[in-house]
Amino acid sequence: MNSLFPSIVFRSQSSGLMNFFVPIISIILTLITGSIIFVLLGFDPVYALYTFFISPISSTYGISELFVKATPLALIAIGLSFCFKNNIYNIGAEGQLTMGAIFGGGIGILFHDTNAFWLLPFMIFAGAIGGALWGLIPAILKTKFNTNEILTSLMLVYVALFILDYLVVGPWKDPFGYSFPKSRPFSESGRMPLLFDGLRVHFGLIITLFLIFVSWFIFSKTIFGFQLKVSGYSPKAARYAGFNQTTLVLFAFAICGAFAGIAGLAEVSGPIGLLYRDISPNYGFTAIIVAFLGRLHPIGIIFASLVIALTYLGAEDAQLFLQIPSAVGFIFQGLVLFYLLGAELLINYKLTYKKLL
Amino acid sequence: MNLDLILGILQIVLIATTPLVFAGIGELVTEKSGVLNLGVEGMMLVGAVSAFIILVITGSYFLAFFVSILSGIIMSGLFAFLVLFLMSNQIATGLALTIFGIGLSSMLGKQYIGTPIDGLSPWFFVIFSFLIVFLVSYFFYKTKAGLILRAVGESHNSAHALGYSVIKIRFLSILFGGSMCALAGSYISICYAPMWQEGMTAGRGWIALALVVFATWKPERVLIGAYIFGGVTILQMNLQALGLRFPGQFFSMAPYVATILVLVLISSNKLRIKLSAPASLTIPFYKGR
Repeated sequence: MNSLFPSIVFRSQSSGLMNFFVPIISIILTLITGSIIFVLLGFDPVYALYTFFISPISSTYGISELFVKATPLALIAIGLSFCFKNNIYNIGAEGQLTMGAIFGGGIGILFHDTNAFWLLPFMIFAGAIGGALWGLIPAILKTKFNTNEILTSLMLVYVALFILDYLVVGPWKDPFGYSFPKSRPFSESGRMPLLFDGLRVHFGLIITLFLIFVSWFIFSKTIFGFQLKVSGYSPKAARYAGFNQTTLVLFAFAICGAFAGIAGLAEVSGPIGLLYRDISPNYGFTAIIVAFLGRLHPIGIIFASLVIALTYLGAEDAQLFLQIPSAVGFIFQGLVLFYLLGAELLINYKLTYKKLL
Repeated sequence: MNLDLILGILQIVLIATTPLVFAGIGELVTEKSGVLNLGVEGMMLVGAVSAFIILVITGSYFLAFFVSILSGIIMSGLFAFLVLFLMSNQIATGLALTIFGIGLSSMLGKQYIGTPIDGLSPWFFVIFSFLIVFLVSYFFYKTKAGLILRAVGESHNSAHALGYSVIKIRFLSILFGGSMCALAGSYISICYAPMWQEGMTAGRGWIALALVVFATWKPERVLIGAYIFGGVTILQMNLQALGLRFPGQFFSMAPYVATILVLVLISSNKLRIKLSAPASLTIPFYKGR
């Protein structure tokens, strides 16, 4: 006779099959919970789910918007995977994104009447530098002064947002902007080229895919990627093997910051075209969910970024057509992460029914 | 400076610091039992909005605080279920709790933005915040239950071997942390502000987390840390009001920059952090290993 309740047994090796299924299980559970929430709010769940998840991408324009939203999410998430693989919890990507937008956008404002082929590459480079520098602050504080990177990287988000606010109401304010808190628009050559006429999906998508490929290469083909993974799995083994943890922390933060910075620059030089206060609807925080949902794997992150991007579009549509506050998008994002983390149990442990007698 | 002005500033500092004390002491108890809950900000927001909504609907302050604390218990109970029974990663689960809390609070509170309420006098809570710190300190260092809680945080395997229920003790500690965070949130929306605004806790939950590190996990020091942060916040507001020729945004940054500087000062002594942090912090407890 078997016992009624399963007992949890540690797997000596994590389950590859479950690694693949757990994100899917958690998305399905989120949808079920979502429909329960819609019923509680008094909506027809089928119609609500349709409005949330199907209708936003039922047109070419909608699909383009999906990629516009997924671009920064995927780029930041792949950057975060450098940190998370090594158990470094950088949760300040939003600040690194903002700093990238400030550095890159600053170049765009400085050369606002220049039209030259080098302008956009220069801006991208500056964005990467800005994000990397901002990311290096918590990294240096962690390695030199042993501070907790979760707290410092998060505090720097607030600091970066106040700096941006200062710049767009102060020195970088558009002189012809009727005192709105925004900068001059960038020149035409300082904008991300559009991939298709009439759609907002832009060259940032190509950059993102390229950097995801580069990251995959670093993870699977270089000694640096190997060291990152080993020190994530077993810090003791990494120390024994003589890997320099300080260098790994600095590199992981710098790469993550640079990617977030490029994502920020791609936002301001892509869909936005200038600097103002609210350049990012929390992409830097949401990318944390994307990174986990994609299981820190490049391909997984691509799919996860599309799923989470859909919650942004769905939330906008739900607000428009169902008068549900768009914050419901965050609820879905939180739920999917809850289910994912709960279901991770299936990867590292297995449920068995113990024999009684 | 005359005496009235100094007393006035002191009053404002006391009123502004109280939520940090509540959230900080709640998180401290949770961390003492060996669990790191990064969901403080989310629990504070849900606590703030639920208190506000109940107050608007029923007009009863008692019900408002009661439901708010209940919301904190539910939110932290969700977290506890995930990290204790499903052994999920505490850092990621805490982040999920904060994101979920931000979404839930702004959805629930959407139609209450700008609704006027009669604020409650904060002085009862100010006094209570001092009291709770000393009660927690007494509990930790003068009672057997407190000793057991600390033992669970230091070495869950030893505590388990001695026959104490690690999961139950951690569950209760997480719930206490959640109810304190919700109390901090409801204090902000009912006594301090008093109003509801999306994301109105403005990072105080994260500062409360930093306070626990600052306090090197000792209850009384949470009080000291909270008043340093509270003082900096009020100082920057006053300097800003005096119209110093300096952009306001740089003053608004001050509490966050101060948090970073304080963390650097406290953490640079590696040994001290190592000795004072609960040794089992963030490590899941699994019986069969």
